[in-house]
Amino acid sequence: MEFDADNLSATELRLGLPGTSSSDGVTKKPSPSVGAKRALDDTRTETSGTGPAADADDQDAAAAPATKAQVVGWPPVRAYRKNTFQAAAVAAKKKAEQQGGLYVKVSMDGAPYLRKVDLKMYKGYRELREALDALFTNSVSAAAAAEGGDHQHALAYEDKDGDLMLVGDVPWDMFISSCKKLRIMKGSEAR
Amino acid sequence: MTYFPEEVVEHIFSFLPLHSDRNTVSLVCRVWYEVERLSRRAVFVGNCYAVRPERLVQRFPNVRTLTVKGKPHFADFNLVPPDWGGYAGPWIDAAARSCMGLEELRMKRMVVLDENLELLARSFPRFKALVLISCEGFSTDGLAAIASHCKLLRELDLQENDVDDHGPRWLSCFPDSCTSLVSLNFACIKGEVNPGALERLVARSPNLRSLRLNRSVSVDTLSKILVRTPNLEDLGTGNLTDESESYLRLSSALEKCKMLRSLSGFWDASPICVPFIYPLCHHLTGLNLSYTPTLDYSDLTKMISRCVKLQRLWVLDCISDKGLQVVASSCKDLQELRVFPSDFYVAGYSVVTEEGLVAISSGCPKLSSLLYFCHQMTNEALITVAKNCPNFIRFRLCILEPKKPDAITNQPLDEGFGAIVRECKGLRRLSISGLLTDKVFMDIGKYGKQLEMLSIAFAGDSDKGMMHVMNGCKNLRKLEIRDSPFSDVALLGNVAKYETMRSLWMSGCNVTLKGCQVLATKMPMLNVEIMNELDESSEMEENHGDPSRVDKLYVYRTTAGARNDAPDFVKIL
Repeated sequence: MEFDADNLSATELRLGLPGTSSSDGVTKKPSPSVGAKRALDDTRTETSGTGPAADADDQDAAAAPATKAQVVGWPPVRAYRKNTFQAAAVAAKKKAEQQGGLYVKVSMDGAPYLRKVDLKMYKGYRELREALDALFTNSVSAAAAAEGGDHQHALAYEDKDGDLMLVGDVPWDMFISSCKKLRIMKGSEAR
Repeated sequence: MTYFPEEVVEHIFSFLPLHSDRNTVSLVCRVWYEVERLSRRAVFVGNCYAVRPERLVQRFPNVRTLTVKGKPHFADFNLVPPDWGGYAGPWIDAAARSCMGLEELRMKRMVVLDENLELLARSFPRFKALVLISCEGFSTDGLAAIASHCKLLRELDLQENDVDDHGPRWLSCFPDSCTSLVSLNFACIKGEVNPGALERLVARSPNLRSLRLNRSVSVDTLSKILVRTPNLEDLGTGNLTDESESYLRLSSALEKCKMLRSLSGFWDASPICVPFIYPLCHHLTGLNLSYTPTLDYSDLTKMISRCVKLQRLWVLDCISDKGLQVVASSCKDLQELRVFPSDFYVAGYSVVTEEGLVAISSGCPKLSSLLYFCHQMTNEALITVAKNCPNFIRFRLCILEPKKPDAITNQPLDEGFGAIVRECKGLRRLSISGLLTDKVFMDIGKYGKQLEMLSIAFAGDSDKGMMHVMNGCKNLRKLEIRDSPFSDVALLGNVAKYETMRSLWMSGCNVTLKGCQVLATKMPMLNVEIMNELDESSEMEENHGDPSRVDKLYVYRTTAGARNDAPDFVKIL
């Protein structure tokens, strides 16, 4: 597999005799063309996606809770691997868009992280609710344990105009064409 | 011994395989120094700035294999700013002037330019092997030069490099007279290659034992190639996205490769391909599925459950704990396991947890090398793992959420990692994560006597933590720390230690400019490099409100003095 030169660290050269002064020419610094590429890697990992290559999702990152913002260089995964996956993800996204996939973010009050669902995968509201139940069971039961009481969740969405609407009023097809984001709200707030 | 003729002494030295032994004998007397340096065939330079290239080639003019490593390890995770350094140019220039017999060059994390590759290709008539790992700065034009001019080329191994793609021409540059290839790995090349040129190259390379293709190579091309390589031992496939008919051809071609032991690639693999790999599985000793998010738990386990002789497995965490249990019950010879995250965002949902690791440890007692990304861990699990697998040499655990405690008890993971260092007496490399206090460092310092490399992130409470490590780990060579509360006190607590180590990296810690200056003054044989997150200005005051805090510190021993190729953002004290 990978050539693991770390294994050879025991065989590292160490010059034991006093070094003699060596005459060496000035090393030419190559032009910093290499650096320009690196900026693209970090747009995904930095919290403020202000780089030119940041896609629409990163510009929404400001809405996500600061505690769950990504840390530079974490997790410690090689840039090559990340780039390979991003390339694949971009290709998959393109493919999905060509096939008409419609991914929207789903947030749930009190849950630490958001999910994404493809609205095209569901035939109607019932399937959507079932899917969301499945996705958020952990958070639901955790919330139930914490509050210890009977709780209800209302499903709302943000439409093209930015208004918060209750899910279920309009026909399904109209809904998926106007829904930009989903939000599962705690019972108390929904009232 | 000094009364023996030099040829005899040289012959005796040829029985010393280790660099460290050869270094030692060279110190005995002038005669031995001369004999040793003129007969040295392989040199390993762990840090390209530790010694001047000219000095090295003058001392070892007859070197045949040169290995050089450049940027610090954390550069892999974008923690080292671009243009920091690590240039291959000076090394290739120096070798071109003084080491005509160079046959092999291996470089890791270095900046290699096309002009460097062109010089390399033209300067060494007996050049046989080029291995570049995690390098950048070159394009396929540089590869074209290598292909065109290295008449005796046996090995061209490109691992995870960032290569500019200038088209498929390079592969056609191997002349018809080139029939010596043993190993060809171009998996990291992003663009297309000419299938006809590839097939013809393989057809005239009867000694080919290792072939790793890139994403652009189709199943059909792969099938045609495999018919020509019945002695292939290591294969990296191209993309596996085709329709079923292509797989039938592939299957019959694969059947002819009785020597195939190691498999990788699987780019964009469709689940249809899986059954066609089955005939190979029971011979495989190495399997890398870590670039294949398209195969899920059930596809993966169907394949892996047949790989009963597997020694090395790299997978994604979509294999899940259940899948790891299948690995544990099927792969009793497993020595190395790497489980990579398929979702890089920290707060994902659990697919791989401590349960998978415990299962592996109880099923695979030969396990000695681990890289494990997971969402949670417990002390109990780590203690169990340590008891089950005392043979760990490399143990790298990455819990994706920084400072996450024991998932059940909410305690720090000190106990668990403590058990690892205590039980695994041969541990040479360790990466820790999760919530950790100074206690874990006490154990590392106390028990980590063979430890050579330690990676720390978001861990520890005070300077005592780092001090335990600096004072206790006698064989420590590389220490890399990020975002941990260690200050000048720890940095300066044992300055002599740095001369016994290759390097120290500290970023996001509490060291100050003053502390670094003191270190540089006390230890002239070290280069103390500081890098701060600055925009255009070079004023330190801009930095986090604390005028003297150092963002990134890289300290390494060197006989070369301060380097003259450092960019503006690097200050060498």
